[in-house]
Amino acid sequence: MSTDAPVKPDAKKSDVEFGSYKYGFHDSMDNYAFKSRKGLDPQIVRQISEMKGEPEWMTNFRLDSLAIFESRPMPNWGGDMSDLNFQDIFYYMKAANEQETSWDDVPEDIRRTYDRLGIPEAEKKYLSGVKAQYDSEVVYGSLQEDLAKQGVIFTDTDSALRDHPELFREYFATIIPPGDNKFAALNSAVWSGGSFIYIPKGVKIEFPLQAYFRINSQNMGQFERTLIIVDEGASVHYVEGCTAPTYSSNSLHSAVVEIVVKRGARCRYTTIQNWSSNVYNLVTKRAMAYGDSLMEWIDGNLGSKLTMKYPAIWLMEPGARGETLSIAFAGPGQHQDAGAKMVHCAPNTSSRIISKSISRGGGRSSYRGLVKIHKNAKNCRSNVVCDALILDPASRSDTYPYIEVEEQDVAIEHEASVSKIGEEQLFYLMSRGLTEAEASAMIVTGFIEPLVKELPMEYAVEMNRLIELQMEGSVG
Amino acid sequence: MTSVLKISDLHVSVGETPILNGVNMEIRQGEVHALMGPNGSGKSTLAYALAGHPNYNVTAGSIEIDGVNVTAMEADERARLGMFLAFQYPVVIPGVKVADFLRHAVSNVRNPERKEGEGLIGMREFRKEIRERMTELGMDHEFARRYLNDGFSGGEKKRMEILQLAMLQPRFAILDETDSGLDSDAVRVVSEGLAKLAGPLMGVLIITHHKRLLEFNPPQFTHVMLGGRIVEIGDAALAHDLHANGYATVRARHPEAENTKAEAAAVAS
Ligand SMILES: Nc1ncnc2c1ncn2[C@@H]1O[C@H](COP(=O)(O)OP(=O)(O)O)[C@@H](O)[C@H]1O
Ligand SMILES: [Mg+2]
Repeated sequence: MSTDAPVKPDAKKSDVEFGSYKYGFHDSMDNYAFKSRKGLDPQIVRQISEMKGEPEWMTNFRLDSLAIFESRPMPNWGGDMSDLNFQDIFYYMKAANEQETSWDDVPEDIRRTYDRLGIPEAEKKYLSGVKAQYDSEVVYGSLQEDLAKQGVIFTDTDSALRDHPELFREYFATIIPPGDNKFAALNSAVWSGGSFIYIPKGVKIEFPLQAYFRINSQNMGQFERTLIIVDEGASVHYVEGCTAPTYSSNSLHSAVVEIVVKRGARCRYTTIQNWSSNVYNLVTKRAMAYGDSLMEWIDGNLGSKLTMKYPAIWLMEPGARGETLSIAFAGPGQHQDAGAKMVHCAPNTSSRIISKSISRGGGRSSYRGLVKIHKNAKNCRSNVVCDALILDPASRSDTYPYIEVEEQDVAIEHEASVSKIGEEQLFYLMSRGLTEAEASAMIVTGFIEPLVKELPMEYAVEMNRLIELQMEGSVG
Repeated sequence: MTSVLKISDLHVSVGETPILNGVNMEIRQGEVHALMGPNGSGKSTLAYALAGHPNYNVTAGSIEIDGVNVTAMEADERARLGMFLAFQYPVVIPGVKVADFLRHAVSNVRNPERKEGEGLIGMREFRKEIRERMTELGMDHEFARRYLNDGFSGGEKKRMEILQLAMLQPRFAILDETDSGLDSDAVRVVSEGLAKLAGPLMGVLIITHHKRLLEFNPPQFTHVMLGGRIVEIGDAALAHDLHANGYATVRARHPEAENTKAEAAAVAS
C-alpha cells in the first residue's frame, strides 16, 4: 500500500476528531448555541420543539411519535444493531454561528482525500467544518429568485413549518406516518432540518435542485426530514448528499423523506451518501405517485456501519410509474442492507427496480425488496434486476426478494445474479497492460456505470474517483 | 536488433493436471508461425501460458523475451514487454467503454514506466488514431463508445481483438482461433487486417483450423502439437497438408504423444 493511501473508512480516530469539525465546535461546551443532553425522553422532545418555537400541534405530534417509538420493538431483521444505544446519543445540537476553526487543524489525511476528490475549496471548508455555514446565498441568490418567481418553494423544513404552515400541515407525515416503523417514529419525535420543496402546477425545473448548494448546519443533520410536493404536470430533479466522506461523531442517522407526485408530474430524487464507518444509517423514504406520473429514486450508498434503506413508491392511480436504481458499496466492517419497495395499488401501473451491490474487504451487502400488487390492480407490470459483485472471498452478498400478489392479471419479472470479480475479466484487461488495481477499478466502475450515467456530471465524476480511491490498496 | 521470443522445455499444469509436456519454440520479430493440432492438444494452454494467465502454472522450463526471463511476470508486465494474445473467447466487460479501456491500455504499453494515476495519452491524438484503425478494419466508429465486447456478435468480438492488436502494436502476437466461428466475409476482414499489421516488427503465432488466415499470412514455420508437445515442424506445405488430410497421419507417426497425456491424466486423477 502506498504511503499516501486515502482515508480508510475504518480510521476511527479521524472520524471522531473530524466529527467535531462537522458541527463547527470543539469539545469544549462553550461552542454550542444549544445542545440537548444525551438520551431521549419527553422532556428533551419538548425542549427541542420549544427551542425551535414550534406550534403546539407539532410539539404534540413529536410527543405522540416518541410514545410510538418507545412502544415498538427493534426490528429483528436487516442488520446487527446490538450496540446501538439510544440513550447515548445527542438528539439535538445547534451549532454556534460562524464558528470557524482553522483549515490547518483539519487532519492531513482528510485534507488529502478532499484534494484527490477534486472538491472545490469552498465546499471543502464546509465539509470539514472549517466554515460552519456554507455561503450559498451570494452564489445562488439569483437562482433562488428565479425559482421564487415561478412560485417554487425551496427551503429548509423548519422554515417551511414557520413560513408555509398550511401547505406544510396538509402533507407532513401523510406519506410516512409516525406509526410506520420504529425509526420513522424516532425521526418524527426529534426531526430537525431537511428540505421542503413545492413545485406548482405545470412548472418544470430544468436543472437539478441540489441540497449540496444550500447546505447549512441545520440541513445535513442526523434526523432530517424532507418533504417534496410536485403538483400536477410539474417536474423536478432533487439531488442530496455528496460523495465526499461525511464524518460524523454521531453514530445514528435516521432521516425521513416524503414525496407526493401528483397527476402527470415527474420527480427524480438522487442521493449519494458516504458516511463514516461508525454510523447507523436507517432511513425511511416513500413517494406516492398519482395518475400518469413518474417517480424515480436513484440511491447510492457508500460507507456507514449499517445502512438500512428501501426507498418505496406507492402507485396510487392508473398510469403511474415507479423506478428505483439502487447501488451499494460495502467495504471493510460495513453492512449495506438496501433495496426498494413498489406497491401497486391501481391497475395499469408499472415499476422497475435495478439494484447493484459491490462487496469488498469483508463487507456485506444485501438486496431486500418488496413488490406488492393489491387486489384489482390489474394489468400491472414489474421488473426487478439485482446484480451483486463480490470482490474477495471474505465478502458477502445476499438477496431477499419478496413478492406479494393478490391479483392474477399481472406480469412480474425477477432476475438476480451474483458475480465474483471475474478472474477472466481481470486477466483479459491485464493482458492489455493494465495493472491489477487498474483492472479491478475498471471492472467495478463498469459495473456501476448504469447508475453513474444517471447522475449529474459533477457527481458522476466524483463517484468514479471515489470508487477508485476505495479500490486502491484492495489488491495485491 | 530483432527481438526473439524463446520458449524452452515448457511444462504447464492447470491445477494438478499437467497439460504441456515440454514445448520448445523460437519466434523472431517479422516471422509468421502456425500452430496446429487437434482439439484438446494444448494450443490454447500454450497461448494462455505465454500471456501469463495466473491459473496456468509453469512447472518447468522458461519463456524469454530477448534473454529476459518473463516466466514469473504478471500478464500486464508481459504486455508492456510487447506480448499480445488475441483471445479465442474474448471477455465481456460490462460498462467499460472500448475507448476508455484502450486509451488506458495504450498509455501503459507505450509508456511502460507509467505509474498508476499518471496522465494518459492525449485524447485528441488517441481519438484520431483509433478512428483511423477502425476505418481500416471496416468498423463503425460507434464501437469506440460501446461497452467492451458487450452484446457484440462473434465477428465483432474478433474484429475488436484485431483493433486492440492494431492499437497496441505488440512485438509478439498470438492469435488463438481468431478465424473460428466467423462467416467468410468476417474471416477475410480479419485475415487482411492481420496481413496489414504484421510487418517486420511483429512476430506472429497463428493458431487455426482453417486455411484462409494462413493464405493471407503464409507461415514460414508450422508447428504441430499433440498431447501437449510439438511433434513436428515444417513449413507452409505442412499446414496445407494438415488442412487437406487431417491429423490421422500425424497421430500414426507419433503414437506415444497422446499416451503420455492419458498417463498424465491418470496420475492426476
Ligand atoms: N482451465 C482448464 N481447466 C481444466 N482443464 C483445462 C483447462 N484448460 C485446458 N484444459 C485441458 O487441457 C487440455 C488442452 O486444452 P486446450 O489448451 O484448450 O487445447 P486446444 O486449444 O488445443 O483445443 C484439454 O484436455 C483441456 O480440457
Ligand atoms: Mg483452443
